[in-house]
Amino acid sequence: MKKRIISFLIISSLIFAFVIFYKGLNKSSFYQPKSEIEEIPKFFAKTFYSKEDIDSQKFFKKDKYYLLNIWASWCVPCRDEHPILISLSENKNLDIIGLNYKDKISNAEKFLNELGNPYKEILLDQDGTRAIEWGAFGVPETFLIYQNRIVKKYIGPLNQNSFEEIEQTIR
Amino acid sequence: MKISKFIFLFLILFSFNSLNANEDKLKTEITKNLRCLVCQGQSVYDSDSEFAVSLKLVVENKIQQGLTEDQIYKFLTDKYGEWILYDPKFNKNTYLLWFLPLLILLLGGAIIVKKLIKIKK
Repeated sequence: MKKRIISFLIISSLIFAFVIFYKGLNKSSFYQPKSEIEEIPKFFAKTFYSKEDIDSQKFFKKDKYYLLNIWASWCVPCRDEHPILISLSENKNLDIIGLNYKDKISNAEKFLNELGNPYKEILLDQDGTRAIEWGAFGVPETFLIYQNRIVKKYIGPLNQNSFEEIEQTIR
Repeated sequence: MKISKFIFLFLILFSFNSLNANEDKLKTEITKNLRCLVCQGQSVYDSDSEFAVSLKLVVENKIQQGLTEDQIYKFLTDKYGEWILYDPKFNKNTYLLWFLPLLILLLGGAIIVKKLIKIKK
């Protein structure tokens, strides 16, 4: 009797371990942080061209849709999503704001001259601390903003699906 | 007179150094408890990724602004969730995590005690 209980326990714990590991194999090991920020964070930044100081709380108007896009000229996926930003910039309901992340200004200028400038305004984040205020951890990341609230967050480059989703939302 | 000036200067320099050392210690302590989200498995302290370098700077700034360790953790968990902390806070989602080892220890102890009593008999 005792032997049977022990072998039952061993087999069931092996099956349990197998199920756990099997499920773990199929699960993405890359964790995407669950950000709890809903409102525009407080920060100060300089603008790309005029080098003016900007207060994030005063910068975004309430009755307009904004798309804040964190980008850098050295970031390859940013190049991929750039045509989507260009087409979104044609929509009058939306202002696209760039946050230029840890970049050389001359390289960023070259990038914009080559691919076009979809941004209404570009803010500078040369030490990466403003991106952290937004709860971002890489480039590119994009935030759709309405009434000073973050409506939607896109980690990684925008694609056709996100393009359609944004167009639908701001219509 | 000269000597007293020298001592005064020395004292000032010395006090600044100790202040910096304390801040540095706190910064090290905090960044060692933060998970780098880009190179997962490394702490922010160990990592040299762009994200970790910026996060170290943010922690330094917050310490200089006078925020306490807990306030800095709160600031970061608001932005990145509990996952960013290696030492998770005690709450309804983590109580099992904290109590399970204790429970297993007690269970093991109980088994050993039971066996010992059996042997004595």
